[in-house]
Amino acid sequence: MASVSMEHGLILAGILFALGLIGVLVRRNIIFILMSIEVMLNASGLAFVVAGSKWGTADGQVMFIFILTMAAAEVAVGLALVLQLYHRFKTLDVDAASRMRG
Amino acid sequence: MTVVFWISAAVTVISTVMVITRRNIVHALLYLIVSLLAMAVIFFSLGAPFVAALEVIVYAGAIMVLFIFVVMMLNLGERATQQERQWLKPQMMIGPAILAAILMIELGYAIFAGGSGNPIEGEPVGAKQVGKSLFGTYLLGVELASILLLAGLVGAYHLGRRDRSEGEES
Repeated sequence: MASVSMEHGLILAGILFALGLIGVLVRRNIIFILMSIEVMLNASGLAFVVAGSKWGTADGQVMFIFILTMAAAEVAVGLALVLQLYHRFKTLDVDAASRMRG
Repeated sequence: MTVVFWISAAVTVISTVMVITRRNIVHALLYLIVSLLAMAVIFFSLGAPFVAALEVIVYAGAIMVLFIFVVMMLNLGERATQQERQWLKPQMMIGPAILAAILMIELGYAIFAGGSGNPIEGEPVGAKQVGKSLFGTYLLGVELASILLLAGLVGAYHLGRRDRSEGEES
């Protein structure tokens, strides 16, 4: 089996990012959209870690920690928004909230 | 370690495809947890053990618990209980269980047979180096991240609060 090079890791990150993007575009349930966003953030973190591992420095892992922090803050606010959406519209469909008021 | 990388890469892609094609939230969450665990094994095989531990603790632990709390808060009533009973049939666990068993086997292989873990190139970067870099070079980034977390906390509290007047209207 061929050894792993940086390109393979980056291709894997690209595949995962594309899957997350497809999930965001295809699904209309807001919780699935949030999960797909998690997948995309995870893929970008994988790209950082692969690059950091290629040059043997800790910078990639530091960037992953920042991405992790950002994902935690994002998912907290996003899930609070999900609860608000459900209380107002009684559905999880994002198309229900596609109109702006005013 | 290359075998470990390829197998866990396959597990990650398969479980991510299952995440975006499931119809039930709980099934998708199960597959998402498997996907995150497989990603942790990938990080381990790339020579980043600290980040692998963080992935399991923060992503597969804390963030998934948040998702499950929200799913719990959304589904109330008798109908939801019956739906839950249908969703959690034992055969629904088979797919994630198989993928997780593959991960566990290769983790055992990596720990016991793989020796001291040789990543793709160079030396593994441990927690000590990461900590030095995080609190040395990137100290400003840590401060900004703390402000971001505070903003997320305040925002989540504000949005998650039940507005009393709105509640009486509906």
